[in-house]
Amino acid sequence: MRGRSWVPPIPGKIPRVTSGTANTAVLLASSLFVALADNAAQLGRRTPVRWCLAAAWLLGALFLGLKLWEYHEKFREHLIPGLHFHPAGAAAPQLPLFFVLYFGMTGLHALHMLAGLAVIAWVASRTASYRPAAACVAPVEMGGLYWHFVDCVWVFLYPLLYLVR
Amino acid sequence: MNARSPANLTLLSVFLALLALLALSAASSFYLTGTAGAVTALGFAAAKAALIFVFFMRLRYQSGLVRIFAVAGFFWFGLAVVLALSDYLTRR
Repeated sequence: MRGRSWVPPIPGKIPRVTSGTANTAVLLASSLFVALADNAAQLGRRTPVRWCLAAAWLLGALFLGLKLWEYHEKFREHLIPGLHFHPAGAAAPQLPLFFVLYFGMTGLHALHMLAGLAVIAWVASRTASYRPAAACVAPVEMGGLYWHFVDCVWVFLYPLLYLVR
Repeated sequence: MNARSPANLTLLSVFLALLALLALSAASSFYLTGTAGAVTALGFAAAKAALIFVFFMRLRYQSGLVRIFAVAGFFWFGLAVVLALSDYLTRR
């Protein structure tokens, strides 16, 4: 089915579908571990809480690493508006708007991810201090809700910025 | 596991369902373009977000008031995204 194109052909060596899909899978896995940590916290099991949060943190960091690599590729391909923008091809005039939205939305999302990583690290580092152990439910649950929300936002950014053509 | 939480196995099944939806939405993007592609991709995204809301964020185990507040928060965020895209969406 062909309709009016929403997004001009985006240049780049790496197909954007590949990097976006890989990153989405990483973030969904990270959310799974946060949900598992939440379950362990309800049962008052400190050690699984810490391990699950550590796994979620590492997957979140992997997401940001992949994102950084994606930005690096965009820089090398001269696709950063205002800084380093020399697009080629027939769609070149339409590209700045797409890339302003791309960097604005993924950048803002990445900042929220950084905040989430700080929250997860803080909650994980404090699990030992809660008496009784089940008292860590509230911080794990609140931090988890934030993390899942940031995940949800990415779930919508992914089709808008990586799939729609 | 108490009534406030999904079982670990449920969470794992939800994760696998999320991955399946992700694969379907990536695959469909190769066949559908334009408005049909956008609607399909956003439909898959809505399904994934619903799974995250209901199971990972435990809305299934909460009261109606909590659910309304959660959905309202996401609704307001959606408005902000649509407004940010208003120029893009109305270009000819």
